[in-house]
Order: sequence, then structure tokens, then C-alpha cells
Amino acid sequence: MTDFSNLTIHEASKLIQSKTLKALELTEACIGRAKKLNQQLNSFITICEEEAINRAKKVDKLIANGQKMNPLAGIPIGIKDLFSTKDIRTTAGSKLLENYVPVYDATSVYSLNNANVCIVGKTNLDAWAHGSSGENSDFGPTRNPHDLSRVPGGSSSGSAVSVSSGSSLAAMGTDTGGSIRLPASFCNVVGLKPTYGRVSRYGVIAMASSLDCIGHITKTVYDNALVLNVTAGEDGFDSTCTAQKSDDYTKDIEKSVKGLKIGIPKEYFENFDWKIKNLILEAVKKLEKLGAKIEDISLPHTEYGVATYYIIQPSEVSSNLARYDGIRFGKTREQFGSEAKRRIILGTYTLSSGYYDAYYLKAMKVRRLIRNDFVDVFKKVDVIICPVSPTLPFKLGEKVSDPLQMYLADIFTVTASLTGVPSLAVPCGFIGDLPVGMQIIGPDFSEKLLYQVGYAYEQETNWYKKTPKI
Amino acid sequence: MKKKQKPEIDIDYVSKLANIPLSGKEKAVFEEQLKDVLNYISKLNGIDTDSIEPIGHITNLQNVLREDKPAPSLSQDDALKNAPKTYNGFFEVDAIFEEQ
Repeated sequence: MTDFSNLTIHEASKLIQSKTLKALELTEACIGRAKKLNQQLNSFITICEEEAINRAKKVDKLIANGQKMNPLAGIPIGIKDLFSTKDIRTTAGSKLLENYVPVYDATSVYSLNNANVCIVGKTNLDAWAHGSSGENSDFGPTRNPHDLSRVPGGSSSGSAVSVSSGSSLAAMGTDTGGSIRLPASFCNVVGLKPTYGRVSRYGVIAMASSLDCIGHITKTVYDNALVLNVTAGEDGFDSTCTAQKSDDYTKDIEKSVKGLKIGIPKEYFENFDWKIKNLILEAVKKLEKLGAKIEDISLPHTEYGVATYYIIQPSEVSSNLARYDGIRFGKTREQFGSEAKRRIILGTYTLSSGYYDAYYLKAMKVRRLIRNDFVDVFKKVDVIICPVSPTLPFKLGEKVSDPLQMYLADIFTVTASLTGVPSLAVPCGFIGDLPVGMQIIGPDFSEKLLYQVGYAYEQETNWYKKTPKI
Repeated sequence: MKKKQKPEIDIDYVSKLANIPLSGKEKAVFEEQLKDVLNYISKLNGIDTDSIEPIGHITNLQNVLREDKPAPSLSQDDALKNAPKTYNGFFEVDAIFEEQ
């Protein structure tokens, strides 16, 4: 069988639509790879062989008939097992939903199906999307394909690994505090957390409703824009979804970064691994060479990000997980794993009578201050560049018994979540064999600009071509 | 200097509020771990937020309403499909007021 594992969507789509490559051939190759690698990597909870093959056959038939198709037609993709998929088991990575089979599709899944993607399977995750390492899954941890002894990052662990290991060409994820950006960075792939409200959340199992964003992971920046073209837009089923028109995100993606102002926030470059810091500053230099102007900036409330986030998020988690009563679907509440229980307890406490003002309300006020920092800075610069993670992918087991240390892995990602602004995680090199990523953050609804910056950088570096040896 | 007091959390009370049964071991572990977390998040107390408006919807969407018109929805069969216990087309639950 030909090896298709390095194909991008952009390349594969051209081959499929020009009838050089059959969608069936590509889909069978990805399914084969997913099955083979799953014993090692555990990136899929469910593999949807039959559905994917049927879809691929349909795409080949439509193309043979001369039908004009979306660039995603026939493209094998993974879906985080937090997205409702009609007639396909959806577990949220928890034993509590082990046997749950949704009777409807999430809006983003519906849109992707309309574009005729081939769903390879439902990807593994930290149960209920609670985690930064992928280790909280009730279906076993996912492993990093660049080093099997290390975590892939979470919570969209299986999504990042399925793309990085060539079992799918893209994968959907969710990002509440870094759950797309962190695994993307740990696995050398591109991950987008869009602006809050850019992509419908309908049908995606809710974690923390004022923070949850639906995004995706791809090999390249261009591919990432192709997926957003399908998922972005208004949805009558999600009242938090904006009516603001979405863009053609691939249009003008080649536009030069000349004259663009990039802000480097000093608070994000203090006290962490100097090797990671240097790689990110090298990336910034590369963009400077391409004509961007670099400015030092300050986001003074950065140090309060994690504390604010770990009040708001568990509070909303406790409220969203209150619906699991074992009456309408799923098993009973004792089936929650320890991390979900821990967050439910913490969130119930911070919301309880007498504590609401001191915790949740206080956090929502500090959140305003954090957002104001960003709003002010975006009057001076076009985008911000900063690290995704203060550390390299860590060893499995290293942080499981110390939740606070695990929570602090989110230190550089929670602020974009709290402020609602979009952030694109782009690979920016390796330390030894371990990948490092950087965030390109912009004002509300600036996804197009983030893609232009990410694309310009990627053209110079092509880090995505360095694939794991598995 | 007085040692910084760790905030207390009444695990029994909170687990009852949350309707989450916990084992004795879980209670002990969570109590310790959550003390650490509460201690960490107490750093917000140092910020003056008296005149700050809390965040509502982050990008300021307001009053998103749809037209009040019925539309197709889940069928009764679909709605009951994942229920562990059903009776005559209804969800079945344990009795709440049962005579002993």
C-alpha cells in the first residue's frame, strides 16, 4: 500500500478532485494506520471503518460524475469523542457515557458531513476534556508519537496524535483553557482556538460554557484555514455563536507580513526553560526578517490567569455536569473519574451560598482586567506571539498526583481563553526530538490575520515535514 | 509573621450539595489537594476590583433570541433511546415519596 501519511489536505484534495487519487484509497490507508498504531498510541476510542469507507465511495462516485466538491470532500478526519455523532458512540472519555449513542450530530459535525469528510473515528481525550496531558481518559492514556514515554498534551490528546501520526489529515478538538493548543504544540501540529462564538458548540458536551471553543488540529496552517471555512458561522442552535459573517480564511493567506506589528509580552518570557524561550524568539526574528515590526509589550494581569481560570472553569464544570443523573442517558454519578469529581467539588464549593461573591464574581471581575490588558495592547500591535507551554512534553505519570502542578501547565494558554480572543498554535522547532510550539494571538475575530502570520512563518521553516518515527 | 492560613473546605457538605458520593479515601485526598488549589487561587484577593464590572458575554453578544415558532425536534423514540429504564414511553425513575 502506498504511504499517504505525509499528505496535507491541500495536496490530497487536489489529487482526489483531479481523480489522481481515490478517496477510498486514502481513507483505507488512514483507517489501516489508525488501527495499526492504536495499540501503541491509543489515539482513538472508536474507529468508524464502515462509515468512513461508505462516505469515501460516495465521494469517488460524485467526483466521477463531475460534481464540484468542497476541498474537504473525501478527507479522513478524526473527531474528539466529546462531539455528538449521530449513531456513533460518544463517550467524552468517561465510563459514565461508555454506552451513549447520540441521536443527533453536533452542528460542526453536521457541517463537516455536508462537506463530505470521511470520519476515521472518535479520538481519545482526558475525560470530559479535563486535563492537560491526556492521562485522565477512562480509556487509557494516549502517547506522544515523538516519544512514547511522554504525554501528547491534553485534553484533545487523541486528535493531535491522530494528525501527527498520519492516521487522519485533520481532527476536531475543543479548547477551554488550552486543550487544542497544548497538544498541538506537544505533537508538532497546527491547532486553532477560534474566537469565542466563531464556531457553533451545539452538540459538543459542555465543559465550561463561558470559555468553551470548538477548533481543530491540522498539519499545516493552510489546511487549518480550509477546515475553519467549513465550521465557522452562525447557528440557530447556539445563542453564544456570533452572527458576524465568517470569512474565506484561505483567501490572501499568502499576504506578506511586511509592516505588521508583533507584540512580545514580557510576562510570557520570564522564568521558564530558556531553550524553549530561545526557539520562540528565533521564530520572532524570522518574522522580523520578513518585514514585521517587533515591539515589547506588557500584559500586567498575566500572573492572575491560572487562578482566575481555576475558579471560573470548575464552577461552570460543576454546573454543566449536574445534568448527568443516569435517568435520560449515561450511567450514574459515581461513575465520574477522580478529576471530574475533584472539579465538581471545587466548583460546587466556589458557587455555594456565601462563597459566590468571593470566588466566581471576583474571578469574573479579574477576567475583565485581563481582557482589558489585551484590548489595550491590540491598539498598539496587530498580533502577539508567546509560548504555548512552559515545558516540553512531560513524562507519563509525572504530574498525575499533583493537580496544581498539572493546572499550571496551562499558564500561557488560559489568558486567550479568558479573554475570548483567537489563538493559533504553530510548530516552531524541536529540542532534541521534542516539538515546541508558539501562539499567535490576535483581537476578536482576527483568525484570517493569524493564518497569514502563521503561513508566512511556516513557508520559511516547514517544521510540519518533520514527522515522528513510528 | 503569622503563617498563612489555608482555606477550609467542608467536603461532606459540598459532596452532598453536588450529589457526588465520595469514599473516605477520596475525601482525604481531595481535601488536601483542594486546599492547595484554594490557597493558590486566593492570590486574587490582592487585586482591587471594587469598581470593575464583571464579564458577562465575552464578545458582548446580547439578547440572542429566535422566533417563537415550533420546529421539528427529537421524536419520543429518539429521546428515550439512551434511557436505562423506560415505561410506556416515559423515563422511569425511582420513587421519591415511597411508603415504607
